[in-house]
Amino acid sequence: MSSSRLTIAAQSRLLLKGDVSSRELTQVCLERIAQQDSLLNAFITVTPDAALAAADAADQQRKAGKGGALTGVPMAHKDIFCTRGVTTTCASKMLANFVSPYDATVVERLAAAGMVSVGKTNMDEFAMGSSNETSYFGPVRNPWDPACSPGGSSGGSAAAVAAGLVPMATGTDTGGSVRQPAALCGITGFKPSYGRVSRYGIIAFASSLDQAGVLALTAEDVALVSAAMSGFDARDSTSAPAAVPDYMAGLEASIRGKAIGVPKEYFDAGLDPAYAAAVHAALDVYRQMGAEIREVSLPNLALAVPTYYVVCPAEASSNLSRYDGVRFGHRAADAPDLETLYKRSRTEGFGEEVKRRIMTGTYVLSAGYYDAYYLKAQKVRQLISNDLQRCFEQVDMLAGPTTPTTAFRLGAKTDDPVQMYLNDIYTVSVNLAGLPAISIPCGILDGLPAGLQLVGPAFAEQQVLNFAHLYQKETDWHTRQPASTAMAGQG
Amino acid sequence: MAFSKQAIEQIAHLARLEISEADTPVYAAKLDRIIEFIDELAAADTSDLLPMAHSLEMSQRLRPDEVTESVDRDRYQANAPEVSHGLYLVPRVID
Repeated sequence: MSSSRLTIAAQSRLLLKGDVSSRELTQVCLERIAQQDSLLNAFITVTPDAALAAADAADQQRKAGKGGALTGVPMAHKDIFCTRGVTTTCASKMLANFVSPYDATVVERLAAAGMVSVGKTNMDEFAMGSSNETSYFGPVRNPWDPACSPGGSSGGSAAAVAAGLVPMATGTDTGGSVRQPAALCGITGFKPSYGRVSRYGIIAFASSLDQAGVLALTAEDVALVSAAMSGFDARDSTSAPAAVPDYMAGLEASIRGKAIGVPKEYFDAGLDPAYAAAVHAALDVYRQMGAEIREVSLPNLALAVPTYYVVCPAEASSNLSRYDGVRFGHRAADAPDLETLYKRSRTEGFGEEVKRRIMTGTYVLSAGYYDAYYLKAQKVRQLISNDLQRCFEQVDMLAGPTTPTTAFRLGAKTDDPVQMYLNDIYTVSVNLAGLPAISIPCGILDGLPAGLQLVGPAFAEQQVLNFAHLYQKETDWHTRQPASTAMAGQG
Repeated sequence: MAFSKQAIEQIAHLARLEISEADTPVYAAKLDRIIEFIDELAAADTSDLLPMAHSLEMSQRLRPDEVTESVDRDRYQANAPEVSHGLYLVPRVID
């Protein structure tokens, strides 16, 4: 492999022509993980034997003239997706030894499409974090600068793709956990509408917000993988019955005459001016493609993060009540009675941020506070959703920054939870309203990538991918790669 | 507001967590900070709004009451910390 990062589309073409085998592509991934992951810490588990066996099966399939675009292409799963027979830890001591007895629907569908999983990526514990520093297995480092965070919670997936360890990794996005790390690592990260991808087998965090997504190098790759992952699943009670349009067929559609709304509140205090300039430059690219840029307003934007930090801990405290030290997960030794067993197992098994969110969630749901916090937050959530709906009566797409700043240094925000939570300012409203959104690279500021976020109306995934793909045809930010990766690729 | 030691103990008990004496002030300070932040919601005018039930206004789907799963007890219990004869073991509950 002379080029250090190959897209899925490129790998797929090589496989189709017979220029390379899936075994060779998979071996390259495994070698790179062996070389680079002691620094990056992007993987919790690597499964070389299973990966090579799957690669051989894919090669057989290709030889028999079967298989599709994804057959034989290597990838990785965030360690929140249940994988049968492989440890699924959610980056927690609580599940450090948990071997899933079943596959998540996403895992099942991508395996059925012939993709080869090389392992499970690191993340914030139970996906609670925006910096990957809450992982029981240690923080992930950003390939652009190892002193910086890759973002979170899908930080291992983002770092692995940015560094060229795998061409694609799955992620989950509850408040920005796919888009924020994609932005901070200079790659493309996509969160579909709520209900578009099955949540079956994804370890639950905040069930009304959780959605599976894709981290890859291009919008085209995202479209290829999303097509295989999406669609109704009877095993997820909130799975959307809507038909999935042909994402690939929609990629090249002209956006001439389409309107892009830019919420003016996005550019208020908190956004780095150089980041704002990168976003404005990206909007100019859309103008040149014939789109019209219009200012719109999200008057309640400032309430999105506080709303999220009521709804999400409330749901998390309920979801995480299942960890009791009895049926699976960590169990404290020598507890004299059942209540002590519960308390000690949970206290030992969960990390600080997880405990803090369980405490917050328990408090906002407790007698006397439920109306003031939880019910109030669900009303404000409706307000925020209404604001977004109103925008989509005027425009086809919303655009803005994905994050307020580029990657921050590890340790810089760990003392104040609220400072960490404010990283999510541009991403959480999208989850609160259940909409599809993507982050694509739109600049490099002092050596670190910046992301442009595009948000579409509910179930307009095809349009979001179309807008992102056309931008990537006009620009080369998505092809920029960290220096360390470019060097590794020479070998 | 400021969380008292008793309040932290009560929340921890409801959440089935043990917060040590030494950690209690740390939790109190961080929860104070979080609650102060989410208290911003109180100022929002939501008088005409109903609490959101589903972000995309979908309703819960029903399915026919048919058996779709089979139980593979040994496989599921392989993850359990302590089992015996197919049963999950816990400390004695009744003397």
